[in-house]
Amino acid sequence: MAVLEVRDLTVSYPTRAGSVPAVRGVDLTLDAGETLGLAGESGCGKSTMAAAVLRLLPPGTRTGGSVLLEGEDVLAMRPGRLRAVRWTEAAIVFQGAMHALNPVRRVGDQIAEAIQLHGKVGDKQAATRVGELLEQVGLPARRAASYPHELSGGQRQRVMIAMALACTPRLLIADEPTTALDVMVQAQVLALLEELGRELGLALLLITHDLSVLAATCERIAVMYAGRIVEEGPADKVFEAPAHPYTRALAEAFPTIGDRASRRNPHGLGGDPPDPRDLPGGCDFHPRCPVSIAACPTLELQLWPAGPGPSGRRAACVHVRDGRPELVREAPVVPVGEDAPAHRG
Amino acid sequence: MTATQPAPAASPAGQEPILEVRDLHVHFGARRGRGSTARAVDGVDLQVRPGEIVALAGESGCGKTSLARAVLGLVEPTSGQVLYRGKPLGRAQRALKPYRREVQLVLQDPTGALNPRQSVYESVAEGLRIHGVKGDEETLVADALARSGLRPPRRFFLAYPHELSGGQRQRVVIAGALALEPAMLVADEPVSSLDASVRGEILALLLGLVRDLGLSILVVTHDLGLAWNIADRLAVMYLGRIVEQGPTETVLADPRHPYTRALLSVVPEVRHAAPQILSGEPPDPTRIPGGCRFHPRCPALASGAAAEAGVDDRCRGEPVPVLRGVAEHHAACFLTDESVRKEGGSRVGR
Amino acid sequence: MTQPVTSEPIEALPPSLPPQLSPRAIARARRRQAAARAWREYRRSLEGMIGLGILVLFVAVAIFVPLFIPSSELDVTRATGTPFSPPSAGFPLGTDESGRSVLALTLWGSRVSLLVGFLATVISVVIGSVVGIVAGHFGRWTDSVLMRVTDWFLVIPFLPLAIVLATVLGPSLANIAFVIGITSWPGTARIVRAQALAVTSRPYIERARALGAGDWHLITRHILPNVVPLIFANTVLIVAVAILSETTLAFLGLGDPLRVSWGSMLDSAFTQGAASIGAWWYLVPPGVAILLVVLAFTMVGQALEAVLNPRLRGR
Repeated sequence: MAVLEVRDLTVSYPTRAGSVPAVRGVDLTLDAGETLGLAGESGCGKSTMAAAVLRLLPPGTRTGGSVLLEGEDVLAMRPGRLRAVRWTEAAIVFQGAMHALNPVRRVGDQIAEAIQLHGKVGDKQAATRVGELLEQVGLPARRAASYPHELSGGQRQRVMIAMALACTPRLLIADEPTTALDVMVQAQVLALLEELGRELGLALLLITHDLSVLAATCERIAVMYAGRIVEEGPADKVFEAPAHPYTRALAEAFPTIGDRASRRNPHGLGGDPPDPRDLPGGCDFHPRCPVSIAACPTLELQLWPAGPGPSGRRAACVHVRDGRPELVREAPVVPVGEDAPAHRG
Repeated sequence: MTATQPAPAASPAGQEPILEVRDLHVHFGARRGRGSTARAVDGVDLQVRPGEIVALAGESGCGKTSLARAVLGLVEPTSGQVLYRGKPLGRAQRALKPYRREVQLVLQDPTGALNPRQSVYESVAEGLRIHGVKGDEETLVADALARSGLRPPRRFFLAYPHELSGGQRQRVVIAGALALEPAMLVADEPVSSLDASVRGEILALLLGLVRDLGLSILVVTHDLGLAWNIADRLAVMYLGRIVEQGPTETVLADPRHPYTRALLSVVPEVRHAAPQILSGEPPDPTRIPGGCRFHPRCPALASGAAAEAGVDDRCRGEPVPVLRGVAEHHAACFLTDESVRKEGGSRVGR
Repeated sequence: MTQPVTSEPIEALPPSLPPQLSPRAIARARRRQAAARAWREYRRSLEGMIGLGILVLFVAVAIFVPLFIPSSELDVTRATGTPFSPPSAGFPLGTDESGRSVLALTLWGSRVSLLVGFLATVISVVIGSVVGIVAGHFGRWTDSVLMRVTDWFLVIPFLPLAIVLATVLGPSLANIAFVIGITSWPGTARIVRAQALAVTSRPYIERARALGAGDWHLITRHILPNVVPLIFANTVLIVAVAILSETTLAFLGLGDPLRVSWGSMLDSAFTQGAASIGAWWYLVPPGVAILLVVLAFTMVGQALEAVLNPRLRGR
């Protein structure tokens, strides 16, 4: 049984101007011990999705579909069961979590709080467990007595991971875990997450906008745009031979050092990630797409199989549907900057 | 080649550097004698030639931000010189005002860099008003916005920062800098807080400015990929010193300093030779290790390679000399750089 | 990496404006729009509107009272009523110890109380804001020195200092206003300093400096606009305090003996023994007036804070 199974999830936020769809029909599966990377930029709905797994959405949010955590639908759970399930079956390390630590309490106490909320654990027992957790994330146990400001960014991120592991969840969701970190610390944190996944048999959902990070760390990648998954498949294939033009843009955004094609030639897309309140319609990527055709603004998207055999590769692009993946692969690199399409005001 | 002379080496382009930093030190002092000095920049030589993009790379705490601020005159150096077109910077704010027209700043966080109560027009016009630039203000603002890719410019005049996306805000910041028609830009992490797909166009914009307006740019970043994308030369900083310097392609293709090698090995990629993940984090600038400042974390020392070459004692005990001269590719390492190995013994370093 | 929050399209100008106006004029129009928006937001607060209504009433009365009650009614030598007579048809609020109409006294007294209150507030806010901005922006030893001075004024108990100053300077409206102003600025200074400190460390200040801005430009174009809303909300509350302070000083007999104010009425009432003879009509009107005015200012101040600080809205 999969640890996490998301079926046709939709999430909309209520605003004064009406309902804003943040997630528009997402399917995901994650088994124990597996790492899945979710790639996307601001506004694509990835953080909403992560919050939806633990039903941590603001009041008034409307959801549809189901989120099965070890077979139970989180969206249909009663509040008592939900509280019990949170943290013990799945835990999240939020974006900017390093700043989510209470500055006037010692980190050890904050981790112990997570433990003691979920069981009648005595202070001494909790302290021992806190020490274990810190060691697991590569920090010496005595760091439990430190205050957040005494720790560096990387150390604080490790504390957040320790906190997430406090109740031995089966699923760990990390939302932009390395965004504010230096590349060396990023490598340390990613190596730690990989190791923990292996040692503890954790299912790991890693969310970031840096596709190269996912390609190096995860087994499978799903790419989100405007609330929908636009491509998914094995990590290396998706990164090296993207089937969707957006994936290709993401892949090229962070260049491979040594690749002459990107030397003095930064790749990117014109325009901006779409505002969920004002989506273009059809394939929402079409205004920025280098290979869009007349059919795209009114196309009804679904994930079509891409790539040979049962590789599990799918992409929501008309060229994939029509069996012409080379159009995406060999698309001309759109000149960016001054000659780019004028910005939508 | 021993590089002990203070005069700048003649560059292949045959041009005098537009900006030169000589033996710069920026120390943040102890408060009333308590605590130790943080030596954020601890002896740096750097040059930027006209029309060149120089990337200053390193992790947080390495001093690159302090160096950039010192170059802009926003922070007073403890010692050493910053020379613009051969002339040293003044100290007083008033003396720096004419300099400000020539060298402009692009900050990391475009959201914070714009006053949320000022419209785009007012933000871009601010520099013009401060310096009392003559000419039709509206046209100058429109030109600057157009040059940063916001077209049609008049449509953006009345926008407020919160109505724009991250990429657009960064373009407004760049337009504000361009309005003064500077000769040089100092960009501090210009794309690190922007979305991945937007990164490319801002970098392309910077490249375009060099190509079309002849600007020189000093980019401060922690992202080596950015240096690969746009920089002509790359200087890698660690704990207040430049540890490797040279043309970008040479440094990234054949890194000589163990720190640069480690950094390159952990840049995320699908298939990697075993990444050298350094343990721990760079020490505090108040507690700089003796000898080579990188030696406690150096993989070459830990693996015994330094011992085999017979330099391990020097790594632990002898301070590495400051890198001087800019034409060639060199690294501040006893093990990998011959000139440094030879020079080290003949100087009493700091 | 936030999404743009589009609350209205960029070109939503008032339809009456011709499109060819210069950016400065359009910017001014935009500011007017923002002010109108703030007013609409303010109108939604019931307590704010009630408070504003009360204030408008009091100010109107204070301004227009000479038109319907001649000042001769305050003249002790021309008092026509029986001393300490309860409310009646001829004297709706009764009379004081000299036979003057308490209603006339209360209404005329509002002029002094409000005037001194406003004047004192102006002095207090100006000093406090200047000190706060200079301390917050320049920092380091300027900040230290100014803050020690502020602390000194904060620590000295208001009443003894006010009494001493009033005695030394002599009782007159201007002096009382000065005394109150000079003793109440530290509160404003601290709040303004905190905000100035926060603003000064923001990236756009650094950008402006990089553009070549001097301190004057930074203070006037960046810090002040960010601090003014705070000062405004704070000012309203200070007026309430100033009026109370004037009342206190007048009650203690330090006010201008030739002028009637609510405080002086209370002072007279007590010294003349109004309480012991049961002349409640002498004590209640000025007390209620003070209560209403201070309450009104507080209500307005709270509503203003909600308007100017969007995070408090919708609580």
